[in-house]
Amino acid sequence: MIVLKDITKKYDNGFEALKNISLHCNEGEITALIGPSGCGKTTLMKLINRLNNPTSGSVFIKGKDISEIDPVELRRSIGYVIQQIGLFPHMNIAKNVGTVPKLLKWDKERIGKRVDELLNLVSLDPETYRNRLPSELSGGQQQRVGVIRALAADPSVILMDEPFSALDPISREQLQEELVRLQREIKKTIVFVTHDMDEALKIADKIVLMKSGEIVQHGTPEEILRHPANEFVEDFIGQKRLKRYQGIPPVSQVMVERPITVTPNRGLAESMRIMEDKKVDSIIVVDEKNHLLGYVTVFDIVKAYQNEDTKIKDIMHSFNTTVNPDTPLTEAIQLMNKLQVPYLPVLNEKGLLEGLLTRGSIVGYVGSEYHSIKEGVV
Amino acid sequence: MQDYGYLSVFYERMPDLLGKLSEHIFLSGISVLLGCLVAIPLGVLLIKTHIRWMKSLTFNITNIFQTIPSIALLAMIATVLGFGTETAVMALFLYSLMPILKNTYAGFDSIDPQIIQSAEGMGYSPMQRLVQIEIPLALPYIMSGIRLTTVYIVSWAVLAGLIGGGGLGELILAALSLNDKPLIIASSVMAMILALVADFILGKLEKAFTKSSNTEAQKI
Ligand SMILES: Nc1ncnc2c1ncn2[C@@H]1O[C@H](COP(=O)(O)OP(=O)(O)OP(=O)(O)O)[C@@H](O)[C@H]1O
Ligand SMILES: [Mg+2]
Repeated sequence: MIVLKDITKKYDNGFEALKNISLHCNEGEITALIGPSGCGKTTLMKLINRLNNPTSGSVFIKGKDISEIDPVELRRSIGYVIQQIGLFPHMNIAKNVGTVPKLLKWDKERIGKRVDELLNLVSLDPETYRNRLPSELSGGQQQRVGVIRALAADPSVILMDEPFSALDPISREQLQEELVRLQREIKKTIVFVTHDMDEALKIADKIVLMKSGEIVQHGTPEEILRHPANEFVEDFIGQKRLKRYQGIPPVSQVMVERPITVTPNRGLAESMRIMEDKKVDSIIVVDEKNHLLGYVTVFDIVKAYQNEDTKIKDIMHSFNTTVNPDTPLTEAIQLMNKLQVPYLPVLNEKGLLEGLLTRGSIVGYVGSEYHSIKEGVV
Repeated sequence: MQDYGYLSVFYERMPDLLGKLSEHIFLSGISVLLGCLVAIPLGVLLIKTHIRWMKSLTFNITNIFQTIPSIALLAMIATVLGFGTETAVMALFLYSLMPILKNTYAGFDSIDPQIIQSAEGMGYSPMQRLVQIEIPLALPYIMSGIRLTTVYIVSWAVLAGLIGGGGLGELILAALSLNDKPLIIASSVMAMILALVADFILGKLEKAFTKSSNTEAQKI
């Protein structure tokens, strides 16, 4: 979606702010740029809407070299949230939010409707806030307006430069959650600058770690936490966070590896016997190749037992939720709690059943850990 | 009885007073108007230019006009343009440049660069940015510059009488030579009241402008 190719950026005073940067941001993902102050995050971001032009190299959006697009046109097609919000103090909230649609010459009615829709999206009542000036809003409300202003003309690319940095921790967390929720609906390609690792971990699909004008590591939050490229990355993540994430085993370490399964064409009596044998109250249904199909409980079997022609496939239920082997255990446990399910199937990337995370397996794991800790102390 | 005499001058010389008053208003008005027409665009130009010496040169030149004693400036211009209204307007115009220019510049300078950057990043063209963002934000400064300038151009304009430029100054000079105390006082009071009224009206206008850039925004 957004591709930066061999970019260098030298400012007029000779300072080389970006050195040989190549980067790819996927469509519909949030890419977080993170790094210490002055490492070139803002500089890099401004290349994408041509507030900066690269000294060498090129930027492509949807395959098009943006140096060939008129910068004013380009900017109207990209949402932009500036580092310090930058609401226009002399315009009310409605006008602020409607800025880009107005530049794009939408008619008034359409702008008004869009503005109300966006205000509702971030829980600001249009009746109350439409006519207020930015100075009559709290910091958090202003930041919300800053964010929806960038969404107004429904751009497919949005740039956000530390949009939540000026907030207290509680409102910041709220807005982060709102953004994550919003993104699930709107699926934009977002480049998000931050210097807060927790923020990046929370919202990003990909994290780009930068240091003095260079990219140090680019990967999913999981990859960066599990395999920090070097000491700089480790320091930046922080030992505490590393421990917290790395100390937690993936589901694959905890799950039952050979769960009890049947194939869909088995009869009920036969299945019942397997369950009896293994002392389980439900059984996983997979096809011959081990693709997950669903599950059947002992109660389902009892209910349908009279009819001899009934097969497992006629009474099975499918799973709504599965986890993959790399999912951290904590996340899986939270999921089980939330969904109130006794177990979760673990599927690999090919959709094949790898194992089953059950309450029993969790207890077993925790027990063994506890044991080894005690032994360590003695 | 004598007190009453001082007041009766307003009644007796009303046509003269009103005639000179309107001349005075015209003199000051046209000078400030010309000042605005030159100084405001100049201020915008200066804020946009990256050439340093142009800024300091312009400010120095307008500053110089400010430091020349008014009578000397009038005399100097009179040697070129001769006596009359043109000379008076020219001098007052030169005086008005500096304060209007300074305030215009300060108004644009006061705009948070983040706001300008934000406008640029959202896709305002330079002209749209100037008209829709920068001028409205600088307007309160510009207006208060115009107000202050007008008030003291009204009092400087009294000196126009010296070079036959018309206005209440002429009446004061005439009264001085005749030692007509009531008339001296009456015409001075007129000039004072004019300054106060101008200040009041422009003050209202200034408020209305600052507000309108908000209420105008509320129309959507
Ligand atoms: N217009 C400019 N001219 C010269 N140098 C600049 C300019 N803008 C930025 N720089 C320099 O380029 C470097 C990168 O700046 P940039 O604003 O991209 O940093 P950043 O990573 O966004 O930092 P922060 O987290 O503080 O916002 C800094 O050292 C800065 O001093
Ligand atoms: Mg920055």
